[in-house]
Order: sequence, then C-alpha cells, then structure tokens
Amino acid sequence: MRKLYTFHGGVHPDTCKAQSNGRPIAKAKLPSKLVIPLRQHVGHGARVVVEVGEHVKKGQIIGQAEGHVSSSVHASTSGTIAAIDMQPVAHPSGLPELCVTLIPDGLDEWVTLEPLEDWRGIPHSDLRHRLRNAGVVGLGGAVFPSDMKLYAHKHKIRTLVLNGAECEPYITCDDLLMRERAEEILMGAELMRELLHADEVLIGIEDNKPEAIAAMQNAASKHSSMEAIAVPTIYPGGGAKQLIRVLTGIEVAAGVRSTDLGVQCFNVGTAYSAWRAIRFGEPLISRIVTVTGNVASPQNFEALIGTPIAELIAEAGQLPGTTGIIMGGPMMGVLLPSDKAGVIKATNCLIAASDALFPPPKPVLPCIRCTRCAEVCPAELQPQDLYWFARAKNLAKAEDYHLFDCIECGACSYVCPSNIPLVQYYRFAKSEIWAQQAGQKAADAARERHEFRESRLEREKREKAEKLAAKEKAAAKGASPPVTDKQNAEPVDEMQRKIQAAIDQAKAQAATVKPRNTEQLTPQQMAEIAEIEARRARIREIAQASTDAQPRE
Amino acid sequence: MLFSPYITKPDSVSKIMLQVLFALIPGVILYVWFYGPAILVSILLASVTGLSTEALMLKLRKRPIAPFLKDNSALLTAWLLALSIPPLAPWWLIVVGTMFAIAIAKHLYGGLGSNPFNPAMIGYAVLIISFPSQMTHWLAPVGLGSAGLDFQSQLNYILKGALPDGLTLDGVTMATPLDTLKTQLHMNGQMQSILEMPIYGRVAGVGSEWVSLGFLLGGLYLYLRRIISWHIPAVFLITLFAISGAFHLIDPARHAGPLFQLFSGASMLGAFFILTDPITSPATPRGRMIFASGAAILTYLIRVYGGFPDGVAFATLLMNICVPLIDAWTQPAVFGRKDER
Repeated sequence: MRKLYTFHGGVHPDTCKAQSNGRPIAKAKLPSKLVIPLRQHVGHGARVVVEVGEHVKKGQIIGQAEGHVSSSVHASTSGTIAAIDMQPVAHPSGLPELCVTLIPDGLDEWVTLEPLEDWRGIPHSDLRHRLRNAGVVGLGGAVFPSDMKLYAHKHKIRTLVLNGAECEPYITCDDLLMRERAEEILMGAELMRELLHADEVLIGIEDNKPEAIAAMQNAASKHSSMEAIAVPTIYPGGGAKQLIRVLTGIEVAAGVRSTDLGVQCFNVGTAYSAWRAIRFGEPLISRIVTVTGNVASPQNFEALIGTPIAELIAEAGQLPGTTGIIMGGPMMGVLLPSDKAGVIKATNCLIAASDALFPPPKPVLPCIRCTRCAEVCPAELQPQDLYWFARAKNLAKAEDYHLFDCIECGACSYVCPSNIPLVQYYRFAKSEIWAQQAGQKAADAARERHEFRESRLEREKREKAEKLAAKEKAAAKGASPPVTDKQNAEPVDEMQRKIQAAIDQAKAQAATVKPRNTEQLTPQQMAEIAEIEARRARIREIAQASTDAQPRE
Repeated sequence: MLFSPYITKPDSVSKIMLQVLFALIPGVILYVWFYGPAILVSILLASVTGLSTEALMLKLRKRPIAPFLKDNSALLTAWLLALSIPPLAPWWLIVVGTMFAIAIAKHLYGGLGSNPFNPAMIGYAVLIISFPSQMTHWLAPVGLGSAGLDFQSQLNYILKGALPDGLTLDGVTMATPLDTLKTQLHMNGQMQSILEMPIYGRVAGVGSEWVSLGFLLGGLYLYLRRIISWHIPAVFLITLFAISGAFHLIDPARHAGPLFQLFSGASMLGAFFILTDPITSPATPRGRMIFASGAAILTYLIRVYGGFPDGVAFATLLMNICVPLIDAWTQPAVFGRKDER
C-alpha cells in the first residue's frame, strides 16, 4: 500500500452522486443550434476565422488561437455559420461574449483529420502545437491551455498527478469517463508524462468510486510507471493542491508553481482529450457533462461544445419547480444567469436547482468565533479573522493573514452555524485589493509622467537660458548682429499671425489624435472590462446588503 | 440562492447553545440533590431576566428580536451566572447580575459575538464587588447545616427575605469549601484537621465535588459532540493540577492537594463551560492552550493569595483581555508555508 498523506480540514457533504452515475454516458442529440464562445479558456480569446454564411465542417477551426496563452475553438458539427456576435455565455456575470452561432446541417461531416499512428517520433514542440490547435484545455474547471503546461521544466518533474478525485457533490462526469474510457485516459497520461519528462503517473480517485478505481487500476497495470490510487472521500480532496498533498505529501503554497516542486497535475478528462487530439487528430469539440438535480433521469451526456444548456437539460427531463441552473457542483459552482448559453469546455456538470435541493439561505447571525471554519479550511487559514478584516475593509491585514491563499472551496461557508456567506466576503476583499493595486499602478504611472514632464520643462528652460547667455556673450564680443535688430523690428501683427498659426496647427494636430486606450478595444476587451466592473458592482452590493450581518427575515 | 456554496451543514448558533445548556443538566441535577431546589429558582429568575433584558436591548438597538432571542445565548449566560452565585439569595441579586451581564457586558459592546468579556463572569464580578456579604452565604449541603430548610422556606427567603422563626442566615448557610479552607488556614488551622471538618467529602466539598463531577460529565459530552475542542479544558485542568500539586508537594501543610482544587469552586464549570466561550477565548489551538494555562495559574493564585472565595471568574476576565494579543501571536502556519516561519 502506498503511503497517503492528509490535509487539514475538509468537509463531508452528502455526495448525491448515485442519482447520475447509474447510467452509461449517452450521446446528446444534435441540438438545433450551437452557440460557441471564442474564449472558453484562460488567456486570449481565439480570433474568428470564419464568416457569417460560411459552411463549416465538424472539427474545422472557427477561432484561431492567438497570443501566448490561447487555444483554438472548433465547429462542433458541420453546418452554417448563422451569426458572429455577442451572446450570453455560461458565466456568472451574465455578460455577453463574442460567440459563433452554428446551425447544424445534420450530416455531422468531419473535416479531414490528421491522425498520428505513433507520436513517439514526433518532436515535442509539434505535439504541443497540435494540442493548441486542437483546443485542448484543462477540463477540471480551470480551462488553462494544456500545451502551456506540457513541457520539460527547469526543475525536474517527478510526478504527474492525474486528478480523478471528483470531490464535489453531484458531479460524476469523470467517474463515468474513467469507468468507460480508462485505457484512452492512460494513453493520454502516457503522452503527458513523456512531454513532461516525468517519472511516474499517480491517478487519484476518491474511494466512493469503486468501479472507476477498478477500471483505472486494470488499465494502469499495463503501464509500468502508473498507479491508480484510491484516496479518502473528503471535500475538497479533488482540489489540485489537496490531491497533490494526499498523493505526494508536497504542499504547494499559493503563488508557487507545483512544477517548481516537481509535480504537474491534470484532470483525467484532459488526458482523454489530449489523447484523442494527438492519436486521432480530433479537436476538443465535445465533453462529458453530468446533468442532474431536479431532472427526471439524471445522467452523463457526451455533449457538443455550444449545445444550448436548456436543450441538454431537456434531454434529462427538467422537472417543474426548477429555480435555476448551476454549472459545476453545489460547493463551488455558479448559478447561470441564462440557460440559453452554450455548453463550454468548463461545463462539467449542470444541476437543475430547486428549493427542495437547495433551500434559500437562512438568516445571517453574527460570528461567534466558534472556529468551525478554521477547523475545515484546507488552506489552514483563520476564516473568522479574514471575515472580520474583509468586513472592516482592513485589506492590508487580510493580505497579512494570507487572504490570497484562500482557494474559495466554500468549506467555511458550508459549516458556518451563523450562515455567514464567508466566501463572498473573501471574493469581495480580493477584488477590492486588485482594484486598489490597479489604481495604485495608474497613480504611479501618472506621477512618473508628471515628474518626467517637470524635469523636461526644467531642462528646456535651462537650455534656453544657456543659449541666451551664449548669444549675449557672442554679442558682447563682436558687433551686435543685425538679426537681432530685424527681430525686434518685426511688426506686432506679424507676430500675432505667427502665434495664431501655431495655435491652429496645434489644434489640428490634437483633432487627429484619438485616445488610443479607450476606443479601439476589441469586443473581448470591452466584454472583459464590463464584466469586471459588473462583478465588482455586484459583489459590493452583496457586501453592502450583509455588512451589518443582521438577520434578515 | 445566489452564490456557492448552495448547501450548508444543518447547524446553527441556536443548536450549539442548546447543546451547552443540555450539557449543564447533570451538574444541575446533582446541585438540586445536594442543596435542594433553590438553584432552580435562581435559574428561572436568571432566564426570565436574561431573555427580557436581551429583548429590551435588541429593541433599543433596533435589532430584530426574534432571531436573536432564539439563539439561546442569553439563556446560557443566565444559567452560567445562576450557577456561579449562591442560590439562597434575595431575588434581586441574580436579577441585577443578569441584567448587568446582558445589557452592559454584552449589548453595550455590540451584542452577540462582539463582547470581549464573558458576560456571566462580568455579572459575577459586579455582584461580588457590590454585594460581598450576600455572595458569601452559600447553602449548606442537605443535612449538613445546623438547620435544614425546606423548599417553601427557601422560596420565602429568596422572594421576601424572610427566614422561618428562630433561624438565622448563618444557621442555614456557610462559606464554600474553598473559602472555609482559606479562612481556617488564616487562623492557623492545620490542613489535616481542617479537611476533617464535616463540610469536606472524599476529595473536596461534600456536595460540591459531586456537582463538579456533573459538570465534568457535561463537558465531556460537549467535547464528544465537538462543540468544544479539548485544548482549553484539558490544559486548564492539567495546569491547575500541576501548579496546585507543586505547591502541595512543597508545603502540604498550607496547600490543599491538586484533586481538591480540581473539584472545588468553579474549576469544572470554568474549564468546560466558561473559559470555552468561543466569543471571548482565542481561536487558534496554541492560543487556547496559552489562554487556559494562564487562566489556571491565575485561578490558583487568586484562590490561595487573593481576597475572593474563588478565582475562576477573575482569571477568566483577566485572560479575556489577552485574547486579541494571544490570537495575533499564535497564528498557525498556512498550507504550503510551514517553512516560512
């Protein structure tokens, strides 16, 4: 038996997984349309490379990865581009993003793919390029472009941790994927191990998934460097930092790269997609989505990216009394502002919420410092102190107490007997600090500009004075040059005309210059700015509402 | 339901406080067994006063009344104060103490969660400073005083201040075992002969040692239900045991043994119910241990060298002052940063 480590805290919410893990993965029906956002990943949005009206094939690139950290976006099926515009996306802000709307033609006709029989002879940079072009990103929720994480680091990477823990209640997509496609996951893991030059692959699976563990152990027995390990079921044991700790004993602090400590971590779904992308040339155009909660038959679907969420939920039979759709799990998921948006690469689970499943929050009482939050905090923070600092807007103190080590897992809010929405306070404090830092940066830049201008004016004045002095000296030496006389003799109206001309010129110049930073923004940038502003406004509103921590009846 | 997490553990302040009240019951039952039902009158008076003062203060502070009244915190303060003062006392004693505890020590500092000092102990301190004589008349255990007092007479005294004809207060009450020991030692009594007085039982006071055992049982229940952590009670009792043991070893003639200290006065009540009040005790495990050991040392010193019959209340209040400092000092290392310290 491998020695396992533990991490501090954690909670044991009802797992609610049995509802959806009893049925095999079903292929979702071809939807009536697909709404595919161009930015589903961390980094730059992809650049649109198709036009409205154009016919595309399944797997064809519709958004080209652009910039250092980016990933491509593909047509999930064959059809016609109906629109390229701002649409609501699966994001809590409810703000629109640039999306490609695709009307399927029903043929589901693939573009010519470039499979690789044997990837071992291929240069690693080519493999990374293929992954980037195939749009492979982290499917555990972080959606970070995978190619960016798959290279031999300065520091030797010993262990590749494959995350199949799936600790959030309700979610079973990784469970089913591991049960049904274990071999392909491990082929992907082998590819990743090679790209990382790692020694071993440790696959962590929570022990409430015996079928998945058996399947993965069976598949892992064919690879000498791999081991599928049952880890204790505890939330948030599936957090990358927590799983790395459990499997290797290494603690990766906030702001530290796990690779510097010799570990890299990927979700099992990402390994599977990476394998499909390299071996078969298939881009990431679908993923497994758990549809559960207030539905008739909870189940996992293999859904095309862009499938309208309402259509996918309908396949499981949405029941009356649904109050909203949660994307992700009940601990860290987000309540979607609209079910019109499309499934994105980060959509691991859709829960139809109802008052019976998720009752409205109870009245908030003051903190009694019972420290249940500190007992369950996996980051070993003192949530009760951070709460006070966030409430008092004592942001420097909050940072001192390691606010930014908070992973927002929600364990503290889950156990709080006073029903305080602790995580919201931390998000609020974090966003306030970011805003302050941005403000500070702008102020620093302005001050620098001002100081530079002052010194330039000073220098010009000095130079002028020196020039004048030199001239006077020259004049004193020889006869006074006639030029001076002529200058003096210039008629006054002539001078005024010249001044006016200079002013006009300056005005004309000013008119041609446009402020560059505020007008020529891409829709993505505008969306980003608006989104940030909206999020801050909303958080502020919430914070305001509960500032007094008064019971609300 | 706007933000994650959308699920919560079914736990509440009200349930926590209720469990603490529940854990006091074994001690209260033993109290009634050994001293008669007067304590129940005190608890009732304190409860009514506590709840009405709480309601009044909430109204004055324009806070919602019902949810706060239901949190059971005022009730707990009332019970703890009632258990800390003599049950056979004029009714206004417990009423004044409870009012002060709730109105001044709790609400003037901001109400639930904001009070730096344990309200019940503030109530106790006010009473013992303002009404020292009423605070020293403790009921004698049943069958021990020069005259017994039935419930009717106890009630009569509490409400009307009248004792049955021919009885004096001194006849039905006595000093606590701790106080008796201190007085006797002052009068140059010998430890051995003092402890042979009828007021002393197996390890400490004849009834109070049992009541202490009741609180110990209730405290263990709180620990098992994870309402309190082991740090404060364990460290408090161990430190008290160690310091009294050390003094006892050095000078057994003038210092009672460690078990006497553990089962006397408010040692058990303090260890499990008073010092563990989360609002007024440190939040970090190391902080709790420092807090508890400090409280134990102060308790012992006040008991032995101070002028008050017991030291737990003042030790608690003195350590309450240090809580913010202790918390700041004992911040635990966070995940992944254990080497940074």
